[in-house]
Amino acid sequence: MEAENSPEYSCLGHAPRGFRGRIHAIAVGRGVSDLPDGELERRLIELGFTEGARIEILHEGIFGRDPIAVRVNDATVALRRREAMAIFVI
Amino acid sequence: MSVIADHGGRHFALIGTPNSGKTALFNALTGSRQKVANYPGVTVERKAGLFRTPSGHSVNLIDLPGTYSLRARSPDEQVTRDVVLGRLASETRPDLLLCVADATNLRLALRLLIELKRVGRPLLLVLNMIDIARRRGIEIDLERLAAELGVPVITAAAVRRGGTDDLMRRLDTLAADKHAGAATEWKAPTTSELRAAQREADRIIKAAVRMPAKPDTLTARLDAVLLHPVAGLVILLAILFVMFQAVFTWAQPLMELISGGFDALGTAVHDALPAGLLQSFLQDGVINGVGSVIVFLPQILILFLFILLLEDFGYMARAAFLMDRIMGGAGLHGRAFIPLLSSFACAIPGIMATRVIDNPRDRLTTIMVAPLMTCSARIPVYTLIIAAFIPNKQLWGLISLQGLVMFGLYAAGIVSALGVSFLAKFFFWRDDPTPPFMLELPDYKLPRPRSIVMGLYMRAKMFLQRAGTTIFSMMVLIWFLASFPRPPAGATGPAIDYSLAAIIGKALEPVLAPVGFNWQINVALIPGMAAREVAVAALGTVYSIEGGKEAAEQIGHALASKWSLATALSVLVWYIFAPQCASTLAVIKRETGSWRWMAITFGYMLALAYLASLITYNVAVALGAG
Repeated sequence: MEAENSPEYSCLGHAPRGFRGRIHAIAVGRGVSDLPDGELERRLIELGFTEGARIEILHEGIFGRDPIAVRVNDATVALRRREAMAIFVI
Repeated sequence: MSVIADHGGRHFALIGTPNSGKTALFNALTGSRQKVANYPGVTVERKAGLFRTPSGHSVNLIDLPGTYSLRARSPDEQVTRDVVLGRLASETRPDLLLCVADATNLRLALRLLIELKRVGRPLLLVLNMIDIARRRGIEIDLERLAAELGVPVITAAAVRRGGTDDLMRRLDTLAADKHAGAATEWKAPTTSELRAAQREADRIIKAAVRMPAKPDTLTARLDAVLLHPVAGLVILLAILFVMFQAVFTWAQPLMELISGGFDALGTAVHDALPAGLLQSFLQDGVINGVGSVIVFLPQILILFLFILLLEDFGYMARAAFLMDRIMGGAGLHGRAFIPLLSSFACAIPGIMATRVIDNPRDRLTTIMVAPLMTCSARIPVYTLIIAAFIPNKQLWGLISLQGLVMFGLYAAGIVSALGVSFLAKFFFWRDDPTPPFMLELPDYKLPRPRSIVMGLYMRAKMFLQRAGTTIFSMMVLIWFLASFPRPPAGATGPAIDYSLAAIIGKALEPVLAPVGFNWQINVALIPGMAAREVAVAALGTVYSIEGGKEAAEQIGHALASKWSLATALSVLVWYIFAPQCASTLAVIKRETGSWRWMAITFGYMLALAYLASLITYNVAVALGAG
């Protein structure tokens, strides 16, 4: 998990509403997902979360600011902050 | 397989991501010549239709469940994969795959298309909703797109008149071509293959698609309100509240018309025939019975009108977003919101809609609590009792008290569903991992009258078929139970006191007396197992046979004079919880593939019903409503 230690990258899961950036990497750290190995990463890719994609957090839920609605290039995807921890943004 | 039989025609299949407008395209191509059934052995809906191309080729078209990939993570997606790969024995391998894409949102669809290319079947990319894309100023270089993809591309606007003409002409040529594609070995794509495919799709989009300088902001502006943490939830609750008020009040004039019609028919039959068994059978058994069910068609249609409008508008996914945390707290997935909302109409489509939940644990919980949502079959029971016992007053000059009680019954269903799923999470899945919630939020679209009408037509057909078959046969059965054996000569009491129905009802009395049920209610509960609304017709039959013509005209009046308020409340509460629907139980068995989950559902619901009715009845009696 190089990205985790690198200061200029942050987790989409921690980002506030209104955050804009690009995806630097998808890296599923320990405890982020209970799915089989690699499955969360594949599902994220299938919803368009790939390196270089433009990202903006548009909305968040009322309880625990969760889930979040994320603009990915020209589409909007809803997901929980827990899974968004696997998305490193810059 | 009767209507959509294989006429030696071509087999085409529609495949696409969710929200690609695939179903609208299916409707536009096949019209009403479609048949909905299940794939054998699984409970995935199979939608097939038949159409003829301009030069007369007949085409069997199937609408495959929406998917982002052939990797197949849910039973639905497995069907899609197996049909595409020709692995499903019952299904002819499609001669042509029509990959449907939303022209305003190509990214994920093109990645799916690149994945489909590897299957080696003839492919056609259909850019649906091209009208919206053009209006927004999205420029798509079709030739470039086709060249880059190596797949022919055609545009369509499924919801517009004439919007599928180009596509139809193209299909005409393709239907004439009997060339079969090569079969290839297919392997599920790896993470790096998925990533590479998305990169390729992005490159092609960059080359062939120009987005407008000023993007469309309507969805963003609407979402600013509708997805607002506070306002969004308030609006969601308001929508649900309006929905139930509408179901209760708008349908009234139509319902009076229908029930008036059946009454007139019954009277006509009564006058035309000599008094006796046949007269009683036709008037009390058939006309009265079926009429008292069909009368609820307006309410069911209004409810579905709301559900279909919200779905087509794109609000359903937003509702799932808003509800995710609340449902998650109760151990439910945000996606469970859609199946549970559908369960307001009927638990059966609701339970079947749980297929969109790919995690087995979430799916089971949702299936278990879906029957607690107030389905439309309960509306007849609720409205009958509410109309008879709750005064028709306005609170603060604008809210109807009857509507408020109705809202309360719905709320009780929702709260208990959340409670039960919380307990299920605690008891069954304490140590299990939490599955992810990930879902695309499609752009808002103005619902199209044509597709709404089509949807309503299908629902009405389903409801009437049910009323015409199951319910009708139950009505005949209960009329028989209530009419035989005939009273002995010189009997003093009403005829039904001597019937089989009375014997059964009285046998159940010791068990159900503590919750305030008399034997007439017990009689109605038995056929009510076939479908909840049958209980109303059954009560009508029981009381009309007992009380004669006056009671038949107003079941409600009969109830008001024969039941105490405590009994009425107890019946209402019973109907919130009781597993009074054999078809729902059968679907649970089928969907879970086990008797165990069916038995658990039946058991917990019956226990809840008995307990809640017991409490309600005794509290009401203690308060002087006995």
